[in-house]
Amino acid sequence: MSAPAQFKKDYYAGALMVIVGLAAAYAAAGYHLGTLARMGPGFFPCAVGVLLALIGVAIAVSARTDDGPPATTGHGYGQGMPDLRGCACIIAGILAFLLLGEYGGLLPATFAIVFISALGDRGNTLKQATFLALGMCAIAGVVFWWALQLQMPLFRWGG
Amino acid sequence: MISQALQDLWFGFGVAFQGHNLMWSFFGVLVGNLIGVMPGMGALSAMSMLLPLTYVLHPVPAIMMLAGIFYGSMYGGAIGAILLNLPSHAAHAVTCLDGYPMTRAGKGGTALGIAMISSFFAATVGILIMIFASPLLVAISFKFGPTELFSIMLLGLLAGATMSRGSPLKGVAMTLFGLLCGAVGTDVNSGSFRFSFGIPQLSDGLELVAIALGVFGVADFLLSVNRMPVIKNTAKLRMRDMRPSMAELKEAFWPMVRGTSVGALFGAMPGTGPTITSFIAYALEHKISKTPEKFGTGMIAGVAAPEASTHSKTQVDFIPTLSLGIPGDVVMALILGALLIQGIQPGPQLIGEHPDIFWGLIASFWIGNVLLMVLNVPLIGVWVKLLQVPYRYLFPSAMFFIVIGVFTTQNDLFQTWEVLAFGVIGAVFMALDFPMAPILLGVVLGPMMEENFRRALLLSRGDMSVFVTRPISAGFMAVCALVVLGVSWSAWRAQRRKRGAKAAAALDVALGLPALELRSDD
Repeated sequence: MSAPAQFKKDYYAGALMVIVGLAAAYAAAGYHLGTLARMGPGFFPCAVGVLLALIGVAIAVSARTDDGPPATTGHGYGQGMPDLRGCACIIAGILAFLLLGEYGGLLPATFAIVFISALGDRGNTLKQATFLALGMCAIAGVVFWWALQLQMPLFRWGG
Repeated sequence: MISQALQDLWFGFGVAFQGHNLMWSFFGVLVGNLIGVMPGMGALSAMSMLLPLTYVLHPVPAIMMLAGIFYGSMYGGAIGAILLNLPSHAAHAVTCLDGYPMTRAGKGGTALGIAMISSFFAATVGILIMIFASPLLVAISFKFGPTELFSIMLLGLLAGATMSRGSPLKGVAMTLFGLLCGAVGTDVNSGSFRFSFGIPQLSDGLELVAIALGVFGVADFLLSVNRMPVIKNTAKLRMRDMRPSMAELKEAFWPMVRGTSVGALFGAMPGTGPTITSFIAYALEHKISKTPEKFGTGMIAGVAAPEASTHSKTQVDFIPTLSLGIPGDVVMALILGALLIQGIQPGPQLIGEHPDIFWGLIASFWIGNVLLMVLNVPLIGVWVKLLQVPYRYLFPSAMFFIVIGVFTTQNDLFQTWEVLAFGVIGAVFMALDFPMAPILLGVVLGPMMEENFRRALLLSRGDMSVFVTRPISAGFMAVCALVVLGVSWSAWRAQRRKRGAKAAAALDVALGLPALELRSDD
C-alpha cells in the first residue's frame, strides 16, 4: 500500500471516531448525568464518548507522522476496495433471510440466504449455488428444525 | 495445599469423565479442530455460532464444549498454517514462517508432528500452572473491592487494546466503541433506557453473539469475498510422516520449553492474547539461535517455540478469566459471556461456589488435549482433504449458520438485524485498519467496569484519588501508566526509525511475509 493512501485512511478513521464519540456523548448527555459520587445513567457513556472523540483526534493527528504496521487479519485478503457484487449479495442475502423468515418460513429463508450469498462469489455457477442452497436446506430441516426444535415453521404463508 | 489441589483435581476428573460432560467436551474439541483447519474460519466464529447451543446445556458441559472448541481450533490452526501458509488464527501467523517452508521441503509431516508435541507439552504445563496458581490468585483477589476491580479491568482493556497488532490508538478507539455498545440497554441503577432509540428489543442491550458474528463473521466475508487468494493444496501426508526423528525432537526440545515459559509468563497478564506471545517466543528463538539467518527457511525451533507459547498461554489465560472475571482476550471474553448468560459470575467466588465448573474444566482440558493428540494422527488425512473445500462454498454455508445461530438466542429475527448492522460497521472499521478484537472485550467488560466505577466512587464520595491511594489498585494503575509510556515510547522510536529499516522488528516481518508469499503463489 502506498504511503499517501495510508495517511488518508487514518484521517477518515480519526474523523469517524470523532463523529461516533461526539454523537454518543451528546446522546448520553440527554440522560441524567449526576455527580461523581452519585452517577446518573448518562455519566459513563458520556465520558467514554468524549474520550473516543479525543482518541479520534489523536488518530488523525498521528496519521501525519506515524506509520505503524497495518492491522491486516490472518485471512490474507487483499487490501483496497471490497468487491461490490460480493458485498451486495451478502447483504441482500441477510435481508432476504429476514423477509422470508418473517413471511415464508425456515426453508425459503435458508435457501435464499445461501443461494444469494453464494452468487456473490464470482467462482460459483447458478447450478453450484442451487445445490449448495438445497444442501443447507436439508441441514436446516433435519438438524435445526427436527433435531434442535428451532422455533420457526418450515413454511408459513404471509406471517 | 498440594494435597488439597490433587484432591480437587481428582474430583474434577470425576466430573469430566461423566458421560454427558465427556461427550460435549469431545464434541467441542472435534468441531474446534475441524473449524480451525478451514481457512477463513477461526475459533471466534466457531464459538459464536455454537454459543446459542450452550443456552440449553447445563453450565459444566457448556463451558467444557466452548473451551474444547477453543483449544481444538488452536491445534487445527497450526495445520492450516503449516500446510497452506494460511493462519486461521492470528497466533499461528508466526508458525507459517518456518512451518510452510518445511512443507515445501517435503517435511510438512514432521512440522505437524513437532507442532503437536510442543502444543501438548505446553498445554500440560499450562494446566499444571492453572491448578496451582488459581487458588493463590483467589486468595489475593478476596482483597479486591470495586476500586481494585475497576483498575484491573482498565489494565486488561488497555493491554488488550495496545498489545494487539496495528496502531495502539486504534485499539483504544475500538475498546471505547465496545464500551459504548456495552452501555446500550437498561441502566441497572436507575432503570432508564440508554441508546435504545425506542426499540423495545434493545432494552435488554445488544446481543453479544450478534456483535461477535457481525464483526468476526459477516464483516470478514464482506471484505474477503472474491478477494481470497486461490490456494493450491498439494500436500500429501501419511500417518508415519508425522513422527519426528530423535534428532529433530532434540532440536525442538529447548525451543519448546522456552516457548512454554513465554506463554505462561504472559498468561498471567490480562489483556494480552496468544498472538503477541507467539511473536515474542519466535523473536526470542531468533535472538538466541546460533543460526539466526536460517529462520524463515524451515527451522524446527521456529515451529516448536511459537506453537508451545500459544498453547501454554491458551491454558494459563483461563486463570484471570475464571478467578478474577477478567478475560485475557476475545475468546476468553466469549467464554466469560457464556458464563454470565448461565447466571454464573466469574470471580474469586467461582472456585468455591462452583467447584464442578472449575475443577471439571481443568480435568477436561487434559482429557481434551489427550484426545486431540490421539485424534489428529489418524484424522490428518481428513484435514488435508478438508483444506481443499473452496472458500466459495464455505462462506455461504457459514452465513446460514450465523443467522440461524443468532436467531436461536432469542427466537427473534431482530438479532439478525443486529448482525447485519455490526457486519457493515465492522467492515467499515476493518477497511480503515481498526482491529476488531477490542470491541468484544469492551462489550463484555463495559457493564462490569461501569458498575465497579460507580460503586467505587459512591464509596469514596466522589473522590477520584481512591484509585491511586489504595495499594493494590495503585499497583494496577502504575502498570497501566507503564503500558501507556511503553507504547508511546516505542511509537516515538518507530517514528524516528527510517521506514523499511531492517530493524522493523520480527513483528513486521512476521506479519508481512505470509500475505506476501500467498500472493506470489497464485
